[in-house]
Amino acid sequence: METPAVHHGAMFDTNELVINMGPQHPSTHGVLRVVLRLDGEKVVDADVVIGYLHRGIEKLSENRNWTQIILLTDRMDYVAAATNNVGYCETVEKLMSIEVPRHARYVRTILCELQRIASHCLWVGTHAMDIGAMTVFLYAFRERELILDLFEEFCGARLTYNSMRIGGLPLDIPPGWDKKVLEFCMIMGSKVDEYEELLTHNRIWLERTKGIGIISGPDAVALGLSGPPLRGSGVPRDVRKDEPYAAYDEMTFDVPVGSAGDTYDRYLVRMEEFRQSLRIIRQATEGIPEGPIVGKVPRLIKPPAGETYHAIESPKGELGYFIVSDGKSTNPYRFRVRPPSFCNLQGLRALIRGHLVADVVALIGSLDVVLGEVDR
Amino acid sequence: MADEPKPPAPAHAPPKAAAPAGPTEPAPPADLAQPAYLATLSAEVPGSVTAVSYFVGDWTIVVPVAQLLGVACHLRDAPDAAFDCCSDVTATDWPPRAERFDVVYCLYSTRHRHRIRVKVRAAELQPVPSVTGIWSGANWLEREVFDMFGVNFTGHPDRRRILMPDDWQGYPQRKDYPLEGPGELLMENPIDWLKLRQAREEADIE
Repeated sequence: METPAVHHGAMFDTNELVINMGPQHPSTHGVLRVVLRLDGEKVVDADVVIGYLHRGIEKLSENRNWTQIILLTDRMDYVAAATNNVGYCETVEKLMSIEVPRHARYVRTILCELQRIASHCLWVGTHAMDIGAMTVFLYAFRERELILDLFEEFCGARLTYNSMRIGGLPLDIPPGWDKKVLEFCMIMGSKVDEYEELLTHNRIWLERTKGIGIISGPDAVALGLSGPPLRGSGVPRDVRKDEPYAAYDEMTFDVPVGSAGDTYDRYLVRMEEFRQSLRIIRQATEGIPEGPIVGKVPRLIKPPAGETYHAIESPKGELGYFIVSDGKSTNPYRFRVRPPSFCNLQGLRALIRGHLVADVVALIGSLDVVLGEVDR
Repeated sequence: MADEPKPPAPAHAPPKAAAPAGPTEPAPPADLAQPAYLATLSAEVPGSVTAVSYFVGDWTIVVPVAQLLGVACHLRDAPDAAFDCCSDVTATDWPPRAERFDVVYCLYSTRHRHRIRVKVRAAELQPVPSVTGIWSGANWLEREVFDMFGVNFTGHPDRRRILMPDDWQGYPQRKDYPLEGPGELLMENPIDWLKLRQAREEADIE
């Protein structure tokens, strides 16, 4: 009997496999499609396909008047709608050189930080669930509910708030609301420790997140990452500190940074941000000054001809608005959003290469993207 | 394509004022000192800055397209500028102008914590060099500008549409593109739309 020639190469040859993850996939947080090229379990390359939720908010805004746009900004990062409102209103205020009363700036600070906590609650819940820890999701959504209740009391809505006006606020905080916010801060402080107890020293969590998706500080800056993914790589960049807006110049808080630039450090940064946000909320609520809620705003909003770019620190990173006014019409000539999720998601391809398929969901989670904002 | 339907005027379009001819770029006030890195830039890359403007605290420079890469390299590497982050790339469309697009780069320096906007003016088909080689983060941002405006970026590693479907016709963010999209035809008469698509595909094959 003739022994067949052994071709080791042929026997162990692996075929590259292309698999399609999404757009309907529970771990992509919406409609994100990732086309993965696999060598066995290893990801060789990935193509991130977006645009499934594109509604043309930029084009639409160029055909709406200045106050109607606030409502559209709600629909971008819908888990932190108030932050989008603040960013837009501040850009128009900068364009029109309107001074916002101190009282309104304090309330904006409180709302922005509440949104940061709500957004991070959603993130920690879904991120942990993607990786396999079910309990955190239930805990985090319990606390997010408290924030939604606070927002409901402030402006009547629970998701898309429409909670800002150009020049200030639509209405003052309801009586007793500040006490409820302080009460919430008390509850939340211990809950963050609870989440950390579940995850930070959990062996499975460490195995799944440590050393996954490492990116160095300079690379992260060049890639345009911002927010926690950038700070996890040790770059102390925070718009709240570097270019203060609202009342952040009057607050004391620290900017947590990581060192390794991996998924675990990004997790730690966000966990510390919970505490810093609570610190800011406490300061702002206790020191809230009396005063008007709206500055001197003309009846018809018509900014002078000119253009400006203004950025704020949304829970996801640097949220920038670039607005051009022609000075004649009641709608912006050009309305552009620099969505932090879009720019962070761009980094996914660089992070994903060389990791296992199972880590893909961990990496998508660790970038914390909201597809409403990516696609606009 | 001769049989392309003319879309009807959008019903709730804002009242047409005379279209502005270009952006308002006010010169900086005389008593305001220009940032030092602009002087260094003009010295190191001669003829690179054609205009400097200042509005509500933002500095903007206008750069000829041919000098864009030189300016970008200088702004990233010069120690007094150190713009290591390209936070946004976008465009503005000014249709009556011959060079109808303003491509706008919003730069930020994490070391000095300052910002600048760099603008180039480009005609419809004029090639604009891609800055992806200088800031890798410009990749998707330039793809979006290409998708929405049809700015002709050259040297881009991956120039595809990003938000719109790959076979989309037209560039939605242009001022002459109707808000409703490619006309009523699609909504009211899908069969005609199919025929139109077929005709387009055949034209492409030829």
